[in-house]
Parts: sequence; structure tokens; C-alpha cells
Amino acid sequence: MINPEEIIAQLPYTKPFLFVDEIESVNEEEITGNYHFPKDSYFYKGHFKDSPVTPGVILTECAAQIGVVCLGIFLGADEEQNAVEEKVQIALTSTAMDFYIPVFPGERVYVRAKKMYFRFNKLKCEVKMYNEEEKLICKGEIAGMMNLKL
Amino acid sequence: MTEKELIETIKKIVKPYVQREEGFKEFSKETEFIKDLEINSANLVDVILDVEDEFDIEIDNDSMEGMRSVGDAIEIVKKK
Repeated sequence: MINPEEIIAQLPYTKPFLFVDEIESVNEEEITGNYHFPKDSYFYKGHFKDSPVTPGVILTECAAQIGVVCLGIFLGADEEQNAVEEKVQIALTSTAMDFYIPVFPGERVYVRAKKMYFRFNKLKCEVKMYNEEEKLICKGEIAGMMNLKL
Repeated sequence: MTEKELIETIKKIVKPYVQREEGFKEFSKETEFIKDLEINSANLVDVILDVEDEFDIEIDNDSMEGMRSVGDAIEIVKKK
């Protein structure tokens, strides 16, 4: 079985667009992970002028990277018995998110995602993001196609 | 279910995912999901999952790959 470090190593992202620090747990049905938003992240310079707040699209991206891509790599590796030799290719196909509280520079966020279904290479998940005080930041549904030939 | 009823049922399933309305107006057995209706690959999966639920069947990967048109979908449903 593929372990959390191997999952992160398989991610097709790098700085400044990698939003996964750690996978805390993962199984066939769900995944949990976290990311710390460094105070000097590039988007704080422009969002907003003189009052930095993490953009909702970046929170969505973070939830998608942990909740859909990392879980998808785990499920894909499981299917092929730990042989994810090919480069991971993924396309985001839908998002529906609701936001509740802001995330300021320097905060750590925790993502919990549950698989709704994984069929014909499409992975759809229910995702929730919490802050360090376990308050709900955002939640929603995100789906992607795994191993798409782009 | 008659063939006409089958086509109507599939039409109802497909409706929310259609991008090309002209293709939908001429909905028939020959209509292809991706070419004529411009349904994307992710939503094609949703069409298949909805067909499974509606007819209480399970569609495997091979059948899915052969499911290009409404007629293909009807054949799959009939076989199960």
C-alpha cells in the first residue's frame, strides 16, 4: 500500500502551487491532511490591497489537492497494486464550495474529505476544511478525472 | 419498456449535462453524447451513474467505453 510520503511525492505540483504539507490519514473511503499558509505566499500581495486574506480559490485548490488528488493517487495506486509509475495526470471537473470564515496569513488548515464515488476514473468527494480551533472554514463537493490523457 | 420510452428516459437523464442545445433538439438513437451534445467526460460518468440508478444495473468499464450514442446506451440497458 502506498504511504502518505509517497502520495505527496507523486503530486504533480510544486511551489508556489503546492498546498499540501502532510497527509495525516488515508484509506479507501477518506483522507485527512493539512497545509500551513506561509505569511509570504505570493497571493497575499494582491488579495487584498493592504489586508491579506487567503483567496477562496486557493482554499478550494488546497481542498482539491488534499481531498481529491491525494485520495485519487491512493485509490489509483491501490487499483494497480502500488504501481503508479506513470505521471499523475488530473483535471479538475467541478467544484461547489461554501465559505464560512476567512483564513489569514500564517494559519494552518486541516482538510477532511470523504469519497462519494470513484467510477470510470472520476473521483468525487465531499470536502471540509477546518482551522486550528476546529472551526469550519469551508465545505463542498469537488470532482476530478484521474489519469486523463491530456 | 418500449424503445421510445427508453429513449425518453435517457433524454431526461442527459438533459442537465447537455452543452449543445441544437443537438438536444434532435435527440434520437443516433445522437452521440460527446460529439452531438458536447457532454464532457466527467459528466458522461454522471450520465452512466444515473443510467445505472434508473435501470438498477451495473455498467462495467468495457461497456462504458462502447457507450458513444443513445443507441449504444439502449443496447447496454437491454442486455442487462
